[in-house]
Amino acid sequence: MHFGPHLLLAALEGLVTSAVLALTALGLSLVFGVMRIVNVAHGEFFMLGAVLAWAISTAISGHPAVGFVAALVIAPLLVGLVAFLAEWLVLRRLNYNPESTIVATIGMLYIIQQLALTFYGPEARPVEPPFSYRILLPWFGYSGYKLSVVAASAILLVLTWLVLTRTRIGLIMRATQYDRETAQAFGIPVERIYAGVFAVGAMLAAIAAVLIVPISQAHYLMGQDPLLLSFIVVIIGGLGSLRGTVVAAILIGLADGIVSMFFSPTLAKIIATLVVAMVLVFRPQGLFGTTQR
Amino acid sequence: MRNDSPAKIYALHIGVLALLFALNFVLPDYHQGLFARIMALAVFAMGYNLLFGYVGLLSLGHAMFYSAGLYGAGLAVYHLGWGVPEAFVAGIACGAVLALVIGLLALRTSGVAFMIVTMMFAQVFYLLILYFAAWTGGDQGLVVQQASRMITIGGASLDLTNSTVRYMSALALFSVVLLATLAIVRSRFGRVLVAIRENEERTKMLGYHTVANKLAAVVASGAICAASGAAYALLFGYIGSSFASVQYSILPLLWVLLGGAATTLGPLIGTLFMYYVTDITSGFTSAYLLIVGVALILLVLFAPKGVLGSIRQRWLGWLP
Repeated sequence: MHFGPHLLLAALEGLVTSAVLALTALGLSLVFGVMRIVNVAHGEFFMLGAVLAWAISTAISGHPAVGFVAALVIAPLLVGLVAFLAEWLVLRRLNYNPESTIVATIGMLYIIQQLALTFYGPEARPVEPPFSYRILLPWFGYSGYKLSVVAASAILLVLTWLVLTRTRIGLIMRATQYDRETAQAFGIPVERIYAGVFAVGAMLAAIAAVLIVPISQAHYLMGQDPLLLSFIVVIIGGLGSLRGTVVAAILIGLADGIVSMFFSPTLAKIIATLVVAMVLVFRPQGLFGTTQR
Repeated sequence: MRNDSPAKIYALHIGVLALLFALNFVLPDYHQGLFARIMALAVFAMGYNLLFGYVGLLSLGHAMFYSAGLYGAGLAVYHLGWGVPEAFVAGIACGAVLALVIGLLALRTSGVAFMIVTMMFAQVFYLLILYFAAWTGGDQGLVVQQASRMITIGGASLDLTNSTVRYMSALALFSVVLLATLAIVRSRFGRVLVAIRENEERTKMLGYHTVANKLAAVVASGAICAASGAAYALLFGYIGSSFASVQYSILPLLWVLLGGAATTLGPLIGTLFMYYVTDITSGFTSAYLLIVGVALILLVLFAPKGVLGSIRQRWLGWLP
């Protein structure tokens, strides 16, 4: 293959990464923005979504599409329930103190990871894609499923944006994000909003995982990379900024796809992590964010 | 300041050290080895505690200081053929220099950003170890040969692989660091650190250079953690990238939280307890991380002050 098609392939792969990353990071950003807490267990909710997707799709016989659709509906709901319980049992009692919640979510990370290892095992297992149509480009064939992942992610992102900006619940969420005390004084049930946001954030990660699991397999350690990448995206994109998150996700995803096709993936990760740490040190509001108040 | 009783404080610390010294002759072989390991790792926890407990800076990247000491000492012996004392100093120096650089950068941030920045720098350090696998051994690690782990002073030579020598070396390091922490905590510098934790703005207003003090604390903490890593490499003869992973940044946090942050003896208690819990439970379950996770959540929920912190609050107000 020549350089041009090679680059196109890298860019397409990067775009798929971006699509999944944008959803995952959006979940992290929502929780980070509205509740002001860092959810270190976010990657594990992603992993849990993928593992549950495997469990559900293997439990249902028949056409792979049936199992996949069932997984796409049920897995995020289950993950949302787990997140809701975690919020209710642990985070609420900590009064959302940033440092205690980090320690607590680190604890959740270990618990979820270990339970997945115990009950699911150390193997990586595939989920069959709902359809296997190949789009024939002049230079190579490309999986139609991968492109549909990009489309699905775009639709979900637009939906989230509409909910946040055009509905009453979105308004309430933004009010809580802007000023918790005042929102409470106006009769907004802040605790219920927090529980909901935490569950929705986890569900977004789970949906992203279900979408990606037919491409990359389900594994109990698969939550680590999305967590780090989501942090990077949220930091580069600026806190609580949906547009920044999406732009940063596309940027990071494409860069990751292209750089790791031409260079050593470890080196790519080193440079990316170092750059982001420097951004956080010298421009803490993110590249696209503005200083708050 | 609470009513200060130096005599009681020194008696307690000397008593603990004497007890540890006596244990060498009572403990069965297996537990003697375990205790040597625990004392070396408790030094790591004490270094972490200096920053987390007294200055209130929660770092999620201390594995890099620990492994800077580990690799600084281990690689000096492995590749350069240095003697044990030189390698030990080299390890500490690596940790101190790294801490100075990281401190200068990371202290520009605070709160949550500080945690994430330290975690990211530690991740970079971890990936660098994997990237330069040709020298560091990557995730396989390297074994420092027994022959190179000898100290020769004059005509006498000490074999660090001998269990009693190993125990006593670990105890010596532990004692020095424990007494140094005690001295720091009771000094003017230590009180400024606590003042920064309680109210940084007010401390600044009183005329203290808070950033310089915090930087000094980061360097001291990094050097102590590096000393622990260097001791581990030289005493136990294995260096590997797993010591630089995120998990090794979380463990000292857990040990300190459990034993009691901002207490001099808390890190030892936390390390001792967690080490034995995992050692005992590993007999019938491999779910070691589950225990770590549950312990972290239970601690922040029900005992955020840890064992010694709670004891100090209830009964013994004079505990340092």
